[in-house]
Amino acid sequence: MSDCTRDEMMTVAAARLLWDRCVCFVGIGLPSAACNVARLTHAPGIVLIYESGTIGTRPDVLPLSIGDGELAETATCVVPLPEIFGYYLQSGRVDVGFLGAAQIDRHGNLNSTVIGPYAAPRTRLPGAGGAPEIAAHAGQTFVMLKATPRSFVPKLDFCTSAGFLDGPGARERAGARGAGPKAVITDFGILRPHPRTAELQLTTLYPGVTVAEAKSAVGWALSVAADVDVLAAPTPAELETLRALHARTRAAHARAVPLPV
Amino acid sequence: MRLLSLAQAIEEYVPDGACVALEGFTHLIPFAAGHEIIRRGRRDLHLVRMTPDLIYDQMIGMGCASRLTFSWGGNPGVGSLHRLRDAIENGWPGPLAIDEHTHAGLAAAYCAGAARLPFGMLRGYIGTDLVAANPRIRSVECPFTGERLAAVPAMNPDVTILHAQRADRAGNVALHGIVGAQREAALAARTLLVTVEEIVEALPPAMNSIVLPHWVVTAIAHCPGGAYPAYAQGYYGRDNAFYQRWDAIARDRDSFRAWMQHHVLGTADHGAFLASLGGCE
Repeated sequence: MSDCTRDEMMTVAAARLLWDRCVCFVGIGLPSAACNVARLTHAPGIVLIYESGTIGTRPDVLPLSIGDGELAETATCVVPLPEIFGYYLQSGRVDVGFLGAAQIDRHGNLNSTVIGPYAAPRTRLPGAGGAPEIAAHAGQTFVMLKATPRSFVPKLDFCTSAGFLDGPGARERAGARGAGPKAVITDFGILRPHPRTAELQLTTLYPGVTVAEAKSAVGWALSVAADVDVLAAPTPAELETLRALHARTRAAHARAVPLPV
Repeated sequence: MRLLSLAQAIEEYVPDGACVALEGFTHLIPFAAGHEIIRRGRRDLHLVRMTPDLIYDQMIGMGCASRLTFSWGGNPGVGSLHRLRDAIENGWPGPLAIDEHTHAGLAAAYCAGAARLPFGMLRGYIGTDLVAANPRIRSVECPFTGERLAAVPAMNPDVTILHAQRADRAGNVALHGIVGAQREAALAARTLLVTVEEIVEALPPAMNSIVLPHWVVTAIAHCPGGAYPAYAQGYYGRDNAFYQRWDAIARDRDSFRAWMQHHVLGTADHGAFLASLGGCE
């Protein structure tokens, strides 16, 4: 992994989890980059949905916001917001949902609402947005989050979005229809839920990363799968695609927009 | 439908204490209308928006609001809304009560409001602490299957304000591109104000596009550039660089107030606001 950054490794790792023609509910940031790298490499038929209502979008540059004009202009169709959450997400027509958060716990539950008590937060975060319903209704979810003991915590300050709640069977009992967080893509490797306990365990490391480094980045006693595999470093084609995408994006976002006068 | 100046429309239809929704999901955000509300010094508003965005950061920071109903309060792709955070974390410039939802929940509340139903229903809020944090999120039992479903009270703003691409002389309003929950927020409101890029003799026939027919529209104001620094598809793009610059402007109370004084309070209308940015931005 000598010639790529951890961000790039994370993005490529997430892109590889996507398959051609899968229907994917995309978030802004690393997930958006990962989904578009997948689309530009091994998954040309992937259907990317952004919660602003754009379906089948094929942006040339990554959007800064969830509703940039680029997303609408390159979409198969654009539908109103109640429709995207009702007719597409809650109806079960989305295969994969991407989520991020400020905190995650060992069962893949996520906090994107507050640090500290809700009524008097130390840090007020942006909040839920589409995440709780994506977490419940997407066929499965992939979480992308850099690991530190402050973000991978024994106990969330607030549960915004359900992972496996307090253990096996809990999300099903609560009424969640999707299979929940099947992969947590971090900057050291990938965690996946243990099939019996639903607790996240280390299953994949990036090249050059040790189990000790992974354990020290997580704020609970991280369990390690019997067979931890090492992910192949990004291919030249993957890296080139990702870097070109970022270069186009940086140029586009820095470009002065003429004032509408 | 009345054709008014934006200043007249805000003066007449947005009183202190009103429940006001300025909708537009990233696209077509009615910035000009929000700025006019700030210029007129409105207070104690209950602001409603799925994504408060920069416009509510500005209105909250200028002390217009005492309550906020929302579902995601960040600067998209950039980070925090610092004025919103300062209000919630420190009560500056005044306390702000919050009524927090998910996108799907607030969308359901607007849909119910538009249909004048008492509540919206969804398979939502599953396993989230939002249910404990917000007593307005409840549940109902399906009378046919017995399934428990989430319920949220209908959202019926006193006033909804939208920005749209076009209206015709009769007052029919057409918008296209990313349309968020604008149609629902418009039809849920008691009063609907719309600013438009352009007023045309006749709208092109558009059977399936979003048109708000003239009798649901209270007043229209012609306001070119009215969504800037958000965008109007077909007219101008989103100024992503401005959204990035806002982070530094709004992080500090003094730099925020100086910016608002110079560009909003110190300008007579939206044309002057845009002109003020030309020189120094």
